[in-house]
Amino acid sequence: MASLSVCQPQCGGFSFENSKRNALLEAEFTKLGHSLPAARKTGTTICGVVFKDGVVLGADTRATEGMIVADKNCSKIHYISPNIYCCGAGTAADTEMTTQIISSNLELHALSTGRPSRVATANRMLKQMLFRYQGYIGAALVLGGVDSAGPHLYSIYPHGSTDKLPYVTMGSGSLAAMAVFEDRYKQDMEEGEAKQLVRDAIAAGIFNDLGSGSNIDLCVITKNNIDYIRPHDKANKKGVRSGSYKYKRGTTGVLTKNIIPLDLELVEEVVQTMDTS
Amino acid sequence: MFETSNSSWLSEEVKTGTTIMAIEFDGGVVLGSDSRVSAGESIVNRVMNKLSPLHDKIYCALSGSAADAQAMADMVSYQLQLHSIEMGEAPRVSSAATLVRNISYKHKEELSAHLIVAGWDRRKGGQVFVTLDGMIARQPFAVGGSGSSYIYGYVDSAYRPGMTKEECLHFVTNTLTLAMGRDGSSGGVAYLVTITEKGSEEKVILGNELPAFHDE
Repeated sequence: MASLSVCQPQCGGFSFENSKRNALLEAEFTKLGHSLPAARKTGTTICGVVFKDGVVLGADTRATEGMIVADKNCSKIHYISPNIYCCGAGTAADTEMTTQIISSNLELHALSTGRPSRVATANRMLKQMLFRYQGYIGAALVLGGVDSAGPHLYSIYPHGSTDKLPYVTMGSGSLAAMAVFEDRYKQDMEEGEAKQLVRDAIAAGIFNDLGSGSNIDLCVITKNNIDYIRPHDKANKKGVRSGSYKYKRGTTGVLTKNIIPLDLELVEEVVQTMDTS
Repeated sequence: MFETSNSSWLSEEVKTGTTIMAIEFDGGVVLGSDSRVSAGESIVNRVMNKLSPLHDKIYCALSGSAADAQAMADMVSYQLQLHSIEMGEAPRVSSAATLVRNISYKHKEELSAHLIVAGWDRRKGGQVFVTLDGMIARQPFAVGGSGSSYIYGYVDSAYRPGMTKEECLHFVTNTLTLAMGRDGSSGGVAYLVTITEKGSEEKVILGNELPAFHDE
């Protein structure tokens, strides 16, 4: 059955036609031997755990651009609301912007309802936005917080599915971190125990996954208190050089010296004062 | 190499793999599901309850893409609540199934999720509806998900019309166990929901409490 589809009627919703075009262009480009600049990904190990009085969120601090470390100390635990924080894995720009947009909308929502925000609300907003973009926003998030109904922890995937669990891990190092959780997680842990568990889970990701590294950041959220500990553990301190390899002055002998002064003409002088107030 | 193997979790869509089923009996329905959610080869949630309430006495079983299924269930749950308030009475199971079918059919090309809708209403008692690929059909029992392929033989031979509630629960438990034993994308624990005039009753059967078959 032949069908002519020259002019399709404009229907509501997004069109992802350009993404297909981009993929074709990228394939052609690669054939010629060049590669398009890679988006900065956070590689990453992020995780969260619910304990007796709240939640503990943890993250590593390495941001990669292909195989190069672009940022050795980036912050992956983002503020959503005074009682809710969110760790982000995937494309760095996407996680940053998505959490900022939802944080802003949530503040307006809280002002409208006159109540502190709930974690379930943040979860709904995030999942509905990510679903709308059909996975093209590469943001994988671990959302945690304490609200009037207690402590809650969610994992949110780029396509918009969410899971509500007592412990979650995300990112390239998620398998290493999950192994630690599955071994040592207990219900109703104390704060110290929970912090140690999260620290160890992130450390497992840092040392066993190439995409994760540097330090361990922690965020402890309880009913009346937030502890944003950055860094909690400098797991990868830069070593101190034990010797100097500089050559002493006079190592190379000087045979002749010839000084030629350059004649410069002052054409224009512009002075701009800095605002140091 | 590093990119493709380690960022597969980012590009792989989260699927519910799954074995789901629902069966009618005189006075209600029983729904059952496994609990595994996978992204590529990795299991991202081993205890997900795929039996999602659409209303007090109407549940749906999710399978296929996790995001699509959750989004559909959320949309239908909202529409059904509105419909129920407008009608001033509890919604019919066929209404819920029709709402699911409308979304499934309209966005046939974009969505890849299958929901089995089952529940109890005053008019026709326990009903099970299948909404695969945008159609709607009432069946005495239905199976779905990737694990369903392995159990068609079992359900076709073991099903008898007129089973009691206990027999249905037994039947669903056995079916889920067999499917989880053979399908790599199904596993974890078994969730069961029984819906009758009195309301809905949820039950979990842990992995080690599942019935054992000859190969164990």
